[in-house]
Amino acid sequence: MASGSGSGSERWSEDLETEVAMAMGTTDVELLKRAWRNEKAAPEILQFEAALVLRAREQIQLLEETVEEFTENGVDDLVVSLYQMDLDRSLFLLRSYLRIRLQKIEKYMIHISKTNLWNRLSEQEQRFAKSRCTDIMEKHLEQSVLSRLPYGYQSILKQSISSEEDDMVPEPQLDTFVFCKTKHAVGAFQLDDTGDEIVDLVADDLYVLRYKSIRGLVESGRIDLV
Amino acid sequence: MAGQSDPHLSIFSAPELEFLAEDEMVEVVPNIRMEALHVICGDFGPFFPQIAKVPLWLALALKKRDKCTIRTPEWMSVERLTQVLEAERESPREFQPLPFHYVEISRLLFDHARDDIPDIYMVRSLIEDIRYVRFHKVETGLETISGRTHAVKLKNLSAMEVNIVRPFMVRALQAFYKHDSPQMIQQPQTMGSRRPQVVDRGSRRDLRPR
Repeated sequence: MASGSGSGSERWSEDLETEVAMAMGTTDVELLKRAWRNEKAAPEILQFEAALVLRAREQIQLLEETVEEFTENGVDDLVVSLYQMDLDRSLFLLRSYLRIRLQKIEKYMIHISKTNLWNRLSEQEQRFAKSRCTDIMEKHLEQSVLSRLPYGYQSILKQSISSEEDDMVPEPQLDTFVFCKTKHAVGAFQLDDTGDEIVDLVADDLYVLRYKSIRGLVESGRIDLV
Repeated sequence: MAGQSDPHLSIFSAPELEFLAEDEMVEVVPNIRMEALHVICGDFGPFFPQIAKVPLWLALALKKRDKCTIRTPEWMSVERLTQVLEAERESPREFQPLPFHYVEISRLLFDHARDDIPDIYMVRSLIEDIRYVRFHKVETGLETISGRTHAVKLKNLSAMEVNIVRPFMVRALQAFYKHDSPQMIQQPQTMGSRRPQVVDRGSRRDLRPR
């Protein structure tokens, strides 16, 4: 896998991450589940969890090999089927996580490639976004529609030359409301710029808030989307 | 398929919620001996004919092959559920604490472990009543959403209830936010008599004084 296979220091910090996670009693499956839920509920694409995905893939591969061994050695059917179930469940999580991200990339491909959201993609996702999404889409739109429009209206990004911003680019709706829960109390939290809206976020209570206001908390992992 | 549930509606499909619920722990009593399982999500076993804690998916797999009995979770007893139902009826603004996935867990147990649940018909009807009362509260609460609601607090709501109410609530809140926001800034800040009411309401409140 492209990301995460870097130098020794990267490896070391990955192991440290695993150890910390284990010490806190969270397995990789839990972390992957959380990443999956957050990704599903968030309107914009979130940071790619490269280390987590890599670890999950390794564990899944290991388990696949174990299951193969077991079937060959004629281990009890029940045990094999239980291992297989866990394997299927983890695979489902991983695949669903990746698919949700791909869906978002396809939807907002131009917007992502123009902003710093690009950095949230993994290398493979970036390749996908560039060659399979934006390039093909641009070519298609140009050939089928844009080249036949009058001069001044031929841009993919702007409605017309006189537009000041790129108003033809669909953007994710950051103002949408999301359901969320925090693990530890955040205390009084300001929801908007004018300071009119203060919410006291207590641990384990369910809130419905505007995504835009809690974006930072989601990124730092202090709040979970449900 | 893995990513095909429509993201524009409830975000999670019912089977996906069930998938999440299946990771909750239950107690089982195996009737076989088995060595320890080292799966990705943890290590379980070794299994003897004594109480063991396993994830629900594992318990159901064992149960389907008749290799264990499932112990009904403590919150699923007739006494406990009757208490919860009464408490739900008595407090019109609060939701009683129940396991986050109580709907999914009870459904799965009803479907696959009927013989392990004492008084199953009673339990079933109690849970249905509880769901009904809670959802009624949710609906009443929805009526109080207005343009000045910038956040909603839903303490103790369960996963399935959240998922059902999500599309409507999100669209309603968003519509209010979009159409009402220029007026919000101009609203005079009248505190005083409204304050105590805000503190009173346990489960759902306008977090901004009217």
